[in-house]
Amino acid sequence: MINFNFKPENELEKEGIDNIPSPEDEIVCPNCHRTEKKDDILPFKTCTCGHHFRLKARERAFLFFSDFSEMFQEEKSEDVLSFPGYKEKLEKARALSSEDESVITGTAMIDGMRVAVFFMESLFMMGSMGHVAGEKITRLFEFALSNRLPVIGFTASGGARMQEGLISLMQMAKVSGAVKRHSNAGLLYIVVLTDPTTGGVTASFAMEADIILSEPGALIGFAGKRVIEQTTKKELPRGFQKAEFLLKCGFIDKIVHRKDLKYTLKEILILHGINKEH
Amino acid sequence: MNAYEKVRTARSSDRPTALAYINNIFSSFIEFHGDRRAKDDGAIVSGIASLNGMPVTVIAIEKGRTAAERTMRNFGSASPEGYRKALRLMKQAEKFGRPVITFVDTSGAFCGIEAEERGEGEAIAVNLMEMMDLNVPILSVLIGEGGSGGALALAVADRVWMLENAVYSVISPEGCASILFKDSKKAKEAAECLKLTAEDALSFGLIERIIDENALGTEEFFNRLASEIEKEILSIKEDRDYKENRYRRFRAF
Repeated sequence: MINFNFKPENELEKEGIDNIPSPEDEIVCPNCHRTEKKDDILPFKTCTCGHHFRLKARERAFLFFSDFSEMFQEEKSEDVLSFPGYKEKLEKARALSSEDESVITGTAMIDGMRVAVFFMESLFMMGSMGHVAGEKITRLFEFALSNRLPVIGFTASGGARMQEGLISLMQMAKVSGAVKRHSNAGLLYIVVLTDPTTGGVTASFAMEADIILSEPGALIGFAGKRVIEQTTKKELPRGFQKAEFLLKCGFIDKIVHRKDLKYTLKEILILHGINKEH
Repeated sequence: MNAYEKVRTARSSDRPTALAYINNIFSSFIEFHGDRRAKDDGAIVSGIASLNGMPVTVIAIEKGRTAAERTMRNFGSASPEGYRKALRLMKQAEKFGRPVITFVDTSGAFCGIEAEERGEGEAIAVNLMEMMDLNVPILSVLIGEGGSGGALALAVADRVWMLENAVYSVISPEGCASILFKDSKKAKEAAECLKLTAEDALSFGLIERIIDENALGTEEFFNRLASEIEKEILSIKEDRDYKENRYRRFRAF
């Protein structure tokens, strides 16, 4: 069993591993503070202490699956409300993440089984969900429904994208409708919660899967820690809103180390009678 | 009125709260308590009633009027148990073919340690999914504050109406200002940017109707609203594909 030393600071405030100054080929683990050679933490980007560094959406697509074939990438976010600074933030996010949106969607193979997949990108405006992210995930569930495919999704998000106002809130209902239809057809949806999964994503498709897996140590919650502290004026318990905490509370089926994830996903799919393609 | 003035009006303690709507619009309201899991959340008032002879299920978020009431109602911020109570009542409505009418007035779902421990996110998520699939007509009226996911969790409906001075937003203007402008005092600017007024929501096609606040809180006001609600429920019922259309309604956003 991996022992995690929880620290009180909000994971959302960290901008990911890239902002920690260290030599090009080295990385400091935010959990055990050991300096590791970047090559040594590969291929899973996990520290020997058990800490899981954040992965980019596309890294996940290639780490756990083969033949990722992207769909719906033509959808691009627009500044519908003329929200101050939104256009610039989109530009910056695109440059930082090399993605057009906070989620990539498509189909992929895992051990010969075809699945519909989505991967959220925390480097893109903290994985926030606006119209395009909601649309891509909705279309993915609709595609999976008409092609009778299981869906495997990886969440990483600060929640709804406030620069799109109420439209972003409506994405929660829109995606939930598509998840429900997929579910009503007897199809399987597995979600893997990754650091961080919060706000409107937690309050919609992150918590609507048949099977909810999580990476160790991931921050998962509805409200932000600072908001809770301000509202309740109470000190938050140790490890609050970490995957291990959520597991204890009964909201996660299983915490899976990255190195075991492919195997676990494969086994779950097989037990649901998903056929291999030849 | 500018957007932030609307926010302040929507929050005003002078406005009638949900219980006034329930007591004046319906007759023989019987409140049903509890989520049959853990507790009864005072922020959500729910039960069955008659709307001009038509049995309906009513679910509302109540903020409370006096200090004692507000504490009991947790200032209208519902806990997971509240959303689960609402869902229980909706499923009951589905079983007995009763239309569901919700009154929404909340600054947001409760942000507390216990709420997180008991799955605030999960409770809202399940409501969104189940309301999208509920086999009875649903009409939601936003009577004051429509605060983000905590409001949406009772507003996945065939028709969504807002009172003239109600607001509906993904985040509070103060929260938005402190995150985006690093200054919670810029709430006024944030309120403008968020496009959270009833007119905005109507212009984006996110709601179907704005309710005139003329004579707000009087018998005349409630009678007018009661007859509008009754007419609308009957019109949703006439549409055989209302569930499909509810999906399409949200699918379009």
